[in-house]
Amino acid sequence: MNIEKAEKIRKKLKESCVGIAGVGGLGSNAAISLARAGIGRLILVDFDSVEENNLTRQYYFRDQIGKVKVEALKENINKVNPWLKIDIFNQKLTVGSMDEPFHDADVIVEALDSALAKTSFIEEIMQKLPDKPLVACSGVAGYGNSDRIETKRIGNLYICQDEQARSSDDDVLMAPRVALMANWEANIVLELLLGEDK
Amino acid sequence: MSIEVNGRKVDWVKDETIQHLLRRMRYTFPLVVVKIDEKVVPRDNFSEIIVPDNSKISVIHMISGG
Repeated sequence: MNIEKAEKIRKKLKESCVGIAGVGGLGSNAAISLARAGIGRLILVDFDSVEENNLTRQYYFRDQIGKVKVEALKENINKVNPWLKIDIFNQKLTVGSMDEPFHDADVIVEALDSALAKTSFIEEIMQKLPDKPLVACSGVAGYGNSDRIETKRIGNLYICQDEQARSSDDDVLMAPRVALMANWEANIVLELLLGEDK
Repeated sequence: MSIEVNGRKVDWVKDETIQHLLRRMRYTFPLVVVKIDEKVVPRDNFSEIIVPDNSKISVIHMISGG
């Protein structure tokens, strides 16, 4: 281990704040990875509660069924990293005010489920917070085909995508691909915060 | 007289709206984010905004799942 590099990274990440829109499959897994990596502050936004069928891919446990997701995730993150500052918003992101929870974030992660929510969020964040890097994800459904996943950059928008994937309405959501793309998003976040790893 | 759409060079058409361009490009997805030269065009304005000559256009299509 390169101790000097690790120390530099630790300091930088400790000062960083990442906002996550949606803490389902993508958001909960990305948040845990970022917490383990040593991010100083997370902003978590979701309106949902934990359901039994979420456990196939989302970072929650059986005894948390019925709990508000952002609260359950805060508990789980604290078990890994109790020094992290976590701001939770148990609310639905609605058009016109989607940017509001994220003004303090250095990087924003789109981790919503429907194409409509994703499109509305990206559109609004790029208009209202054009200077903030936004990491989004598209095409998470199914299994296999890891090699089709790629990062596409358009200005400040970074999309982790599989353009050939089917909509989750016509396919299945399974832990390996969901966690893979969640961590792909988290990995882009680190790159944006720390610079390219040369 | 041309524009670039998702990295592809295509002819510029006078008075063409975003909506018509999407149709010409055969982008049939109902939900897309459109950027013209780094500026986002709200979906509600697709039928009004005219595509300028020499512009660079990004059409971003999101697939459900999260």
